[in-house]
Amino acid sequence: MLEGRVIAAQPLIQAENLTKHFPVTRGLLVGRTTGHVKAVDGVSFAIGRQETLGLVGESGCGKTTTSRLLLRLEAPTAGRVLLDGQDVHALRGAELSRYHTRVQAVFQDPWSSLNPRLRIRDTIAEALVVNRRVTRAGKLERVEEVLHQVGLPLSAAARYPHEFSGGQRQRIALASALAASPELIVLDEPVSALDVSIRAQIMNLLKDLQARQQLSFLLVAHNLATVRYIAHRTAVMYLGRIVEYADTESLYRSPLHPYTKALFAAALPADPDAPRDDMILTGEVPSPIDPPSGCHFHPRCPFAMEQCSRVAPELKAVAPQHVVSCHLY
Amino acid sequence: MTAAAPIVLDVRDLRAYLYTRWGVVRAVDGVSFFLREGETLGLVGESGCGKTMTGLSVVRLLPEPTGRIVEGHVFLEGEDLVTKSESEMRHVRGRRVAMILQDPQTSLNPVFTIGDQLVETLRLHHADGKRSLAGRAEDALRRVKVAAPEQRMRAYPHQMSGGMKQRVVGAIAVAGEPRVLIADEPTTALDVTIQLQYLALLKEIQARTKLAMLFITHDFGIVARMCDRVAVMYAGRIVETGPTRTLFRSPRHPYTEALMASVPRMEGSVTRLPSIEGQPPPLHDLPAGCRFAPRCAYVDDRCRREYPPTMPVGPAHEVACWRVESSPPSR
Amino acid sequence: MARVEERIDAGFAASTAGDESALRRVRGDLARMPWVSLVIITIMVLGAALAPLIAPHSPTEQSLPDKLRPPAWEAGGSTKHLLGTDVLGRDVLSRLIYGARVSLSVAAVALLAGGGIGLMVGIVSGYLGGRVDSFLMRVVDATLTFPTILIALLLAVSLGQGLQTIAIAITVLIWARFARVVRGEVLAVKARDFVALARVHGCSHLRIMTVHIVPNVLNTFMVLLTLHIGFVIIVEASLSFLGAGIPPPTPSWGQMVADGRSHIASAWWLSVVPGAAIMLVVLAFNLFGDWLRDWLDPRLRQV
Repeated sequence: MLEGRVIAAQPLIQAENLTKHFPVTRGLLVGRTTGHVKAVDGVSFAIGRQETLGLVGESGCGKTTTSRLLLRLEAPTAGRVLLDGQDVHALRGAELSRYHTRVQAVFQDPWSSLNPRLRIRDTIAEALVVNRRVTRAGKLERVEEVLHQVGLPLSAAARYPHEFSGGQRQRIALASALAASPELIVLDEPVSALDVSIRAQIMNLLKDLQARQQLSFLLVAHNLATVRYIAHRTAVMYLGRIVEYADTESLYRSPLHPYTKALFAAALPADPDAPRDDMILTGEVPSPIDPPSGCHFHPRCPFAMEQCSRVAPELKAVAPQHVVSCHLY
Repeated sequence: MTAAAPIVLDVRDLRAYLYTRWGVVRAVDGVSFFLREGETLGLVGESGCGKTMTGLSVVRLLPEPTGRIVEGHVFLEGEDLVTKSESEMRHVRGRRVAMILQDPQTSLNPVFTIGDQLVETLRLHHADGKRSLAGRAEDALRRVKVAAPEQRMRAYPHQMSGGMKQRVVGAIAVAGEPRVLIADEPTTALDVTIQLQYLALLKEIQARTKLAMLFITHDFGIVARMCDRVAVMYAGRIVETGPTRTLFRSPRHPYTEALMASVPRMEGSVTRLPSIEGQPPPLHDLPAGCRFAPRCAYVDDRCRREYPPTMPVGPAHEVACWRVESSPPSR
Repeated sequence: MARVEERIDAGFAASTAGDESALRRVRGDLARMPWVSLVIITIMVLGAALAPLIAPHSPTEQSLPDKLRPPAWEAGGSTKHLLGTDVLGRDVLSRLIYGARVSLSVAAVALLAGGGIGLMVGIVSGYLGGRVDSFLMRVVDATLTFPTILIALLLAVSLGQGLQTIAIAITVLIWARFARVVRGEVLAVKARDFVALARVHGCSHLRIMTVHIVPNVLNTFMVLLTLHIGFVIIVEASLSFLGAGIPPPTPSWGQMVADGRSHIASAWWLSVVPGAAIMLVVLAFNLFGDWLRDWLDPRLRQV
């Protein structure tokens, strides 16, 4: 059983009120900003050492943008990302180089994650080479080390990506994330493009790696069962905000936010006799350009009250290690 | 309840191969199943097992010029679709057998309004005037729970969400009032809450029209919810078929067993997830004997030499595995 | 989910690497190559390269008693001049062979220069995006609106005739076409995950452009090069035809066609022979380029 972890006094990485608004422009020659896509709207969380935070939600909830903000692929409109207390978007030079060896990523699509023109060993060693952490001799050694860690034969190093299957490519992607000995790996839907039986292989691998090395994961996913398997704590996002955030066991045992409940109801269990508490939500997911007022979820919420459309609820602790943002509580 | 319903689709020993420059890909290699009126058969398997090709073979839409149906029969209400000419098939598709595909983005033509696309389909099945067809189109949209259908008629696909596009695709599919609907992973590209809405909608349509559905998927949760019976496919062949509950409670084929075990659960303890080592064999280079043998926990010599025949192991439950030979069928 | 073809490809590659089926594959590939085109191209290239060795006569040597002789298979022709002679008694075959030199060297220079500039502009524009992209693409648009031959003529008139001028003129004309297509490819490559991952690894923009982007647009670039060879040859021929190309007495196919114009009724071979050569060579390069594009495209690799 995954147990709830006490957050260490100094978490490894923290998001503080992260916000990212993308301007929407119109016009041919001169762009006018007609609105903003509020992709991430004030998100805060922390990940400790050797810990996994699951970030779940459906399309448009902002989980991918959040992960990109952590990786410095986007710059925040407001808020900060702190790695060991340091603002990562303010890093430059040698410190920035160091950051790149501490935080790495694995993305969803195994068919797009590897440069088809590079040999596997060059892809894997890139973070080391670019940040000058290794000699030419040391490079091959390290490549072989991580290939072994992810369960691939040494012969893979000299080959090209097209010679490998989807599951093998994800292992290669994982190996290139591990090469620089990172402390945090951002996993954006790492298994959703893989076959069911291969998913299990990769998830077991991730768990093993975390146990054997000082690795933390930010796991962005939409499949709740997958997240449950690896994450110590889980945050549920809707339209740019975190609506619920708790120890995984606590969350799965008693989801509190109506959206979380709907999400769980929609996660069809592989059991024909499972009780069906169908919470079928009405309507479509609203656009993040013009989110509903107050609580973003109120138009689709079966428990919506009068104040839900006026006032956005705060994140409140309802149980130990379990916060919700809902007027019901 | 549905046991007495007539069989609408009867596929017998279907073989469809792809002739590529590397060799012959035996995508569908001796597949047999049937569909009764009003029931849903799930066709489950991982990528490359041939389930999509099976669906395409039924409607004779294999990729050209590489794909060909080599052998077998597809009896739709008694008529063999394999022997029909292309112009005869054009009357079958849409009107008697319809298909929904996975990607809502590419299922609709981006330069026509959805009203146009609906009317285009309806015109093939009804000899009505323009206004009457538009009325029918709006009805079709209403039946798939699209709000404000009159406005939606003038909308273009890119102005709609994925879930709504799939509804329109569904409306187009059932517009001809088909007897059989083949749904190939229709909800894979949708969010889970939208997926739930959509599956409920399909069930509703099925209840109303007594549609027989072949639901192709890799998601066991969907199978548990939607399907009356399940057929599990591996490397071009069906390895186990049976009622949904039976398959979940007591799967008899080692692949079915291992596959179900590798799916993470929402309840229960979180121990190590059993996974199946290795990979499926390439479809152009299949081994003699059972195709799952290299990865099977119970493999023995005979498995490697001879491919096991499909044997009954229970009411409406059959398996292609040598292991079940020792245990007599329980009736 | 990956396209079915890509998965099948991966399955094949994984299982047949170093196999006897690889041999079968290569043999299959060889059977489908555009042999006729390759033969024509090879003949042209070899002819141009070995011109002094294989041309039966000097291309500029005049021999007035031999003027206007028809090709060897016609009445009045001889094997001394296999394709006949022109109005100054010069051997058509030799001029054809030397003319190939001109066409190929102009093509090579113009393509390297124009293609090179276009490649660089396309990559910078596509990768950097934003205002740089907008500006560069407007320049490209403007360039593409130039009337081809008119500009070339203007340049020829102002810079004087010669190989240099033509090369410059053609370079100016084609770089924009390369830039546009390369930029499109760069946008597609940029969207792939491995580029984002390169940034996560800490790669500089320069490294991403050279290591990740360029190698992945090279296929398209090479196909574009081969498809433009025909175009360049025709432009050069047109300019020479109009009198703005390579000055005489250096033979150029276009010029030969022009010179033969006034004798079309009586000495048809003077225009038809170089004209046919232009047509065959351009066709051969185009067919080869088509085949190359299909061969390099993984999606079309089945059957």
